[in-house]
Amino acid sequence: MATTTLIPCGDFKTSYGSDTTIFPTVTSRNFAILGVVLLLAAPAFLDRFWLNQLIQIGYLGIAALGLNILVGFTGQISIGHSAFFGFGAFASAWLNNRWGIPVWACIPLAALMTTAVGMVFGVPAARLKGLYLAIATLAAQYILQDFFARADWFTGGVAGTIAMPLELFGFAFDTDHSYFYVVLVYMVVMYILATNLMRSRDGRALVAVRDHYLSAEIMGINLTKYRTMAFGLSAFYAGMGGALYAHYLQFVSVEGFTILFSIQFLGMIIIGGLGSIMGSLMGTAFMVLLPELMQYLTTALSGTAIDQALNLREAVAFLREMAIGIVIILFLVFEPDGLAHRWKQIKAYWKLYPFSH
Amino acid sequence: MNAGTAQTTAMFEARDVSLQFGGVRALTDVSFRIEKGELFSIIGPNGAGKTSMVNCISGRYRPTSGRVYFNGRDITDMTPNHRASLGIGRTFQNLALFGHMTVLDNIMVGRHHLLKNNFLTGSLYWLTGARKEELAHRREVEEIIDFLEIQHVRKATAGTLSYGLRKRVELARAVALKPDLILLDEPMAGMNLEEKEDMARYIVDLNEEWGMTVVMIEHDMGVVMDISHRVMVLEFGKKIAEGSPEAVLADPRVKQAYLGEEDEEETAPSGTEQQEVA
Repeated sequence: MATTTLIPCGDFKTSYGSDTTIFPTVTSRNFAILGVVLLLAAPAFLDRFWLNQLIQIGYLGIAALGLNILVGFTGQISIGHSAFFGFGAFASAWLNNRWGIPVWACIPLAALMTTAVGMVFGVPAARLKGLYLAIATLAAQYILQDFFARADWFTGGVAGTIAMPLELFGFAFDTDHSYFYVVLVYMVVMYILATNLMRSRDGRALVAVRDHYLSAEIMGINLTKYRTMAFGLSAFYAGMGGALYAHYLQFVSVEGFTILFSIQFLGMIIIGGLGSIMGSLMGTAFMVLLPELMQYLTTALSGTAIDQALNLREAVAFLREMAIGIVIILFLVFEPDGLAHRWKQIKAYWKLYPFSH
Repeated sequence: MNAGTAQTTAMFEARDVSLQFGGVRALTDVSFRIEKGELFSIIGPNGAGKTSMVNCISGRYRPTSGRVYFNGRDITDMTPNHRASLGIGRTFQNLALFGHMTVLDNIMVGRHHLLKNNFLTGSLYWLTGARKEELAHRREVEEIIDFLEIQHVRKATAGTLSYGLRKRVELARAVALKPDLILLDEPMAGMNLEEKEDMARYIVDLNEEWGMTVVMIEHDMGVVMDISHRVMVLEFGKKIAEGSPEAVLADPRVKQAYLGEEDEEETAPSGTEQQEVA
């Protein structure tokens, strides 16, 4: 328990630099690189359906990472995350449609605009905690949702808005096969940035605020600043994810960014692991792929003996929704630390096999 | 009011500090000075206001009236985080480590006000010199880890450590602030004899070799009398004595307030008897 990683025998660190790398061992780094290389090759042999799933994991994963910085690392709570995601989507489309700024620049600019909005809604966070903060962020959710529906100039109102595809040097990333690379690059970059943040001064300060805010303040950490900043950072990631979503679908409608979507983001980081960078991605993948898995199972189930015996018929579709709920509950009961923790245990098991210590 | 800059040469000065919580007077007109390089102890019975006094120094509480000065500056209205950057560090009576962080990260948090990198430069790590800065500070933090002999737990999660080790990590974190004035709130509470001896040695070393001015609250009279240069005694929020350990120990009011039982055993004949009647 004391050490979180298993360092192979004889792998001694000889400098502080080699002790603060992102990946604890060379093998783990090589595996990560291999993973990215495999993903780079993915469009060559995956069909549109799977690419779509991966793209979804990508942009939702970026937004989930933002929420994890806020909830998992800083110990705040937000149930208005999807509103920031939506704001990023609209902002990017608006910047492009209204001002003609090229899309590649709109995406980060939209993220910055979302940051500003997030900071405004983060101001109460400096004073509120726990349930009170949850309600304050709920207000953010509804205010922004209402804003989306009414601000015709910004969002196109109830009709929604068109978002142009990303173009770079005359090449339009308007297919799943090409847009996959855009999302992949953004995702890798954002995850590396977040990892770096968490191993430097301000990342530690955020965790300190979470673990013991009184002693954090005595250690010279300005609580107001860091709590507001956490909201800003979280909104930045959400806006980035939202902008990527907008230019992928090329259409943004006001209906999508509901509180249910916000709760789904919370589900992703709880399942993935609060306070874990990679956990955010694992949880997102889980939440995106779980409905597909359930779909597959229920399709396989329909028409079988079980289906006929229980007389399920249309109920099969609802079975899927229920199963998702059950899986989440099971997770909370048996693996509250999330997939990231489970993954560590699996790694430890195989590394030590067949000895248990 | 404008009593400020050059008037006082003491490292720390409290002037008529009073602290009230509703009707409860935690501190009443406490004044004292701490000179640079001193090892200053505050003692007194439970509830005497020792921790309240330390909280007034570190900024956790703001005195209801009176002022506190640090290096001649009026710091009464400063936030705790600002005071940390001026060079006031502290440990807590009840452990206040960041439980889910590693020991190393806990101590690195102490470097907060000395580090320059922020969320932007920190995120870009390699490109902005943040890495170089972090590693330079890591080097200094390792000195502290060496000094307090916690090398073996450097990568352990702070929340999993034993009580004695946690106390030591907390001290390390406070030392990492590079404070000029370090406030130790019961650094030896709940420790066995051996751990106490170690801790006393660390405190003396901090004072003599690292040149820190130490303010310590401690109940173990043996330790207090052994290592303190000066002692202040509080009772019911009032200062009842201040001076060298011997002088304080000999003070009849102190005997009555704090060391009463010992006093009976010794049965000092006349002086204390009268004091007790009065």
